Amino acid sequence: MLEIRWHSRAGQGAVTGAKGLASVVAETGKEVQAFAFYGSAKRGASMTAYNRVDDKPILNHEKYMKPDYVFILDPALAFTDDFTANSKESTKYIITTHLSKEELMAQIPEIQGMEDRVYVLDCFAIALDTIGRAIPNTPMLGAFIKVSGMFEVAEFQESMKSVLGKLSQKIIDANMVAIERAYNEVN
Amino acid sequence: MNSKIMDIKKIEVWDGNMAASQAFRQADIDVVAAYPITPSTPVVENYATFEANGYIDGEFVMVESEHAAMSACVGAAAAGGRVATATSSQGFALMVEVLYQAAGMRLPIVLAQVNRALAAPLNVNGDHSDMYLGRDSGWINVSTFSPQEVYDLTLCAFKIAEHLDVRLPVNINQDGFMSSHTAQNIRTLDDKTACDFVGPYKAVNAMLDFSKPVTHGVQTEEDWHFEHKAKQHNAIMRSVKVIDAVFAEFKALTGREYKRVESYGMEDAEIAIVAFGTTYETAKIVVDNLKKEGINAGIIAPRIFRPFPLEELAAQLQNVKAVACLDRSAPGGTVGALYNEIAGALFNSPARPVLSNVIYGLGGRDMTVSVLTGIYKDLVKEAATGKLNGTIQRFVGVRGPELNYYNA
Repeated sequence: MLEIRWHSRAGQGAVTGAKGLASVVAETGKEVQAFAFYGSAKRGASMTAYNRVDDKPILNHEKYMKPDYVFILDPALAFTDDFTANSKESTKYIITTHLSKEELMAQIPEIQGMEDRVYVLDCFAIALDTIGRAIPNTPMLGAFIKVSGMFEVAEFQESMKSVLGKLSQKIIDANMVAIERAYNEVN
Repeated sequence: MNSKIMDIKKIEVWDGNMAASQAFRQADIDVVAAYPITPSTPVVENYATFEANGYIDGEFVMVESEHAAMSACVGAAAAGGRVATATSSQGFALMVEVLYQAAGMRLPIVLAQVNRALAAPLNVNGDHSDMYLGRDSGWINVSTFSPQEVYDLTLCAFKIAEHLDVRLPVNINQDGFMSSHTAQNIRTLDDKTACDFVGPYKAVNAMLDFSKPVTHGVQTEEDWHFEHKAKQHNAIMRSVKVIDAVFAEFKALTGREYKRVESYGMEDAEIAIVAFGTTYETAKIVVDNLKKEGINAGIIAPRIFRPFPLEELAAQLQNVKAVACLDRSAPGGTVGALYNEIAGALFNSPARPVLSNVIYGLGGRDMTVSVLTGIYKDLVKEAATGKLNGTIQRFVGVRGPELNYYNA
């Protein structure tokens, strides 16, 4: 069982991202689950979304998880959310930030000494440059496939195209570039 | 079948709401009348999108309240069409008056109910307060445990409701957010297979059949009311044959098996939990863990809440030593409904397991593997001593002082 927790603000596309990732992973024959904890979240409020991936049908409906990966989609949430909650010795963190990895880690005591499992990239800058809107979800997925090694980037892009199916060709193309840039820039 | 076919994959990743919407679309419904409310809103939102994109040949009616939604459903069903709607919580509460009308008029309406807490305090998350509110309304009540089951059982619902030996409304319950907003792999049927399974609608005493004028919803008073209600009760009690037959037909088509009582690990179980909804699936994980430790635990659920499978539940609980009945609804001054139902089921049977009532998960409070494991560990003690490990009723997962009621 692979488990992912997304930290995001309502409106940044975490739910769409989690469902998109689930759809792509399901194409490979895996069983998936994507859900979110909303409360009565208003746009901009801190919220969490979740993925589970397994080889057999997923029966677990608890919200509690010890994630293998934690995604932080908003730079400020790295400072305000308890994003290391219920973590494991092996939990990997992918954090959106305009700071360098060293600068960021120096400011967050919870991740001291975790250089080998903290990854950073600027999903906002990538999304603004490519899609033209500050929606960090697809860049985060690009970073995830690099860090996890779960997919080849081209294979993932191909599957994402069908998930994004309803959008215009221009927006789909921009998302493809965003995924590739994130894949290359995460470190 | 709707004239425009939707191309869907054999395995889709849908949440429970989309599963209900797609089953509605494939069932070729004549009239959906609905008013949106969290967490069931996407059921009708998705359906309205299908309609706007030409995938629905039937009517979609927007109304001013849930009372009006169910009233429009009653009107359309009496007129002689296949009818469905969706709601949750406060909306369901507003529908209650008309629920009794629908059942009493023997109208086979299907309701996708996404279970949510009842205010106050206001809360949009999942518990079974609204499901319990409708349990005496004369509707067939079905509990689903996952988005796949929502899809499958919504298709079955039309076939059960509309069967000429039943003609009663069916309520398909799913857990708010835990099922409704949780996307998982769904094995789908193509439009034709699904529509053929549901079959054509058979009108009975249709008001729009002017060659045979009828009246619906008449006044009966003392002279005939009791006979009507007795016939209605007889119909829901006898619906079990149709439910079993529809489940058998569904299994032959898909390989997926449903029973009026679902159970896991009960063959050699000494201790058991009885629970509805997604909790059943999470408990399966705990049952597997405990069996590895040498603890013979099981989980059992009334898939069909009404008509209540009293005999089947009693039969499956004959060899257990301790049972915890889990209610996800504020009991309002007594033991939970499931405790009463199970106690009632066992009373005329030889079995006398230690029986306790656990109130959990109100307003969406997380039901975890850890909490379930704790309940089973208490049952182990109760099975060993043959006595309650405290009071009959207790609350789990709630902050503040321990809450325990009723001594044995």
